[in-house]
Amino acid sequence: MRDDIKQLSYEEAYQELESLVARLESGELPLEESVNLFERGQSLAAHCQALLEAAELKIQLVEAAE
Amino acid sequence: MQSFTVSELTRYIRGLFDADEALADVWARGEISNLTKARSGHWYFSIKDASAQLRCVMFRHATRRASAGLRAGAEVLVHGRVGVYEARGEYQLYADEILAVGGLGDLQLQFEALKAKLAAEGLFDPARKRDLPAFPKRIGVLTSPAAAAWQDLQNVLRRRYPLAELVLSPSLVQGFEAPAQIVMALERLNRLRDLDLVIIARGGGSLEDLWCFNDESVARAVADCRVPVISGVGHEVDFTIVDFVADLRAPTPSAAAELATPNREDLLLDLDRLRGDLTSLHAGALRSNGRELARLRQGLRFVSPGRAIVAARAQLRESQGRLWRAAQFGLERRRERLASANQALRAANPAQILGRGYAIVRDDGGALIREAAQVSKNQRLNIQLSRDRIRVRVDE
Repeated sequence: MRDDIKQLSYEEAYQELESLVARLESGELPLEESVNLFERGQSLAAHCQALLEAAELKIQLVEAAE
Repeated sequence: MQSFTVSELTRYIRGLFDADEALADVWARGEISNLTKARSGHWYFSIKDASAQLRCVMFRHATRRASAGLRAGAEVLVHGRVGVYEARGEYQLYADEILAVGGLGDLQLQFEALKAKLAAEGLFDPARKRDLPAFPKRIGVLTSPAAAAWQDLQNVLRRRYPLAELVLSPSLVQGFEAPAQIVMALERLNRLRDLDLVIIARGGGSLEDLWCFNDESVARAVADCRVPVISGVGHEVDFTIVDFVADLRAPTPSAAAELATPNREDLLLDLDRLRGDLTSLHAGALRSNGRELARLRQGLRFVSPGRAIVAARAQLRESQGRLWRAAQFGLERRRERLASANQALRAANPAQILGRGYAIVRDDGGALIREAAQVSKNQRLNIQLSRDRIRVRVDE
């Protein structure tokens, strides 16, 4: 998977995936672009899934300064 | 005469109290007086009615759970056991729980007054409510780390949306000091830059337990929070001022966690759906591109020079045919015309006419005689017949 995708948060990856599917739905794309979008979409979906499956709740504490 | 020491007698009396089951678990109702909160953390007070009073003590471990509204004059129900304090020779109620009774009306009035005031200021306006982020990354949680609510929150989020990061800002969530602590804990959260939302959580309790969430300074701190606030205080039936000020009121702490986050299961289903869309759209794009290609190929064949050559050749063949046919036709016509000319020629041949019985009349000079006026009586004329001639004389 491309590194730039690995850096994306779930929200970013998910939103890109959604807009990418919408672009594909509009049709009218050159084949090469549609193939590129498809491949990127698959990577984005895999990234989202990995984030969901591997995530562990992180907990941080902010206490009074005194 | 038998006599006892004071200690012996007091111990005997204490034994009578301790043996009485009714006194081991009792509720007593009265109005608080002589309230003393000792530095040790223990509370000493009496409850009284019109004709009697009862000494009470509440030890430190129990006071921590006790109500915020406890004060002299308040009508309360005190639970505990009645026992003897030997050193003073006094019996007293060892209290482990206090519930306000008469004070309730008072608190209700305060609640309604503050609610009306803040409502008039517009703090509960629906227009002020902010939308929650769809995928919160950092969630501030204001609660007591010792509270069950904190555990509930973690459990729900671990199962539901473990992508989130929780930032716990600990605070007391009941008692006198709670309001000031809550305000400070909110300020700590408010200083964080990348917080997406805040959950204020506290499990169920009595009206007085939850009273800190009806505090004006707390309500204003919630209203001033930079990010959306979800209140998850008490049970479903409990409403506090904070609930009205918050951007969203959840019935319980767990419900707050659920309202704050998407569900992992739903997200996975969503992903599956998007993946399916992606695949079928891609397949569709490939198919339509294939069709387009076939169409273009067809068009290409149509415009290719090969086809033009074939067409030109056909045209040439056709032209040759026409040429040949035209030539053929011309020759035929000429032949016909020649034949008819020959015929006409033959028809015009005088010999031919003479053959049909006509005759040519000339004078001796050879001139053709066409009418009678050309000749005179006794003039000699030559008549040419088909084969020979006759010499005649004009008679009349």
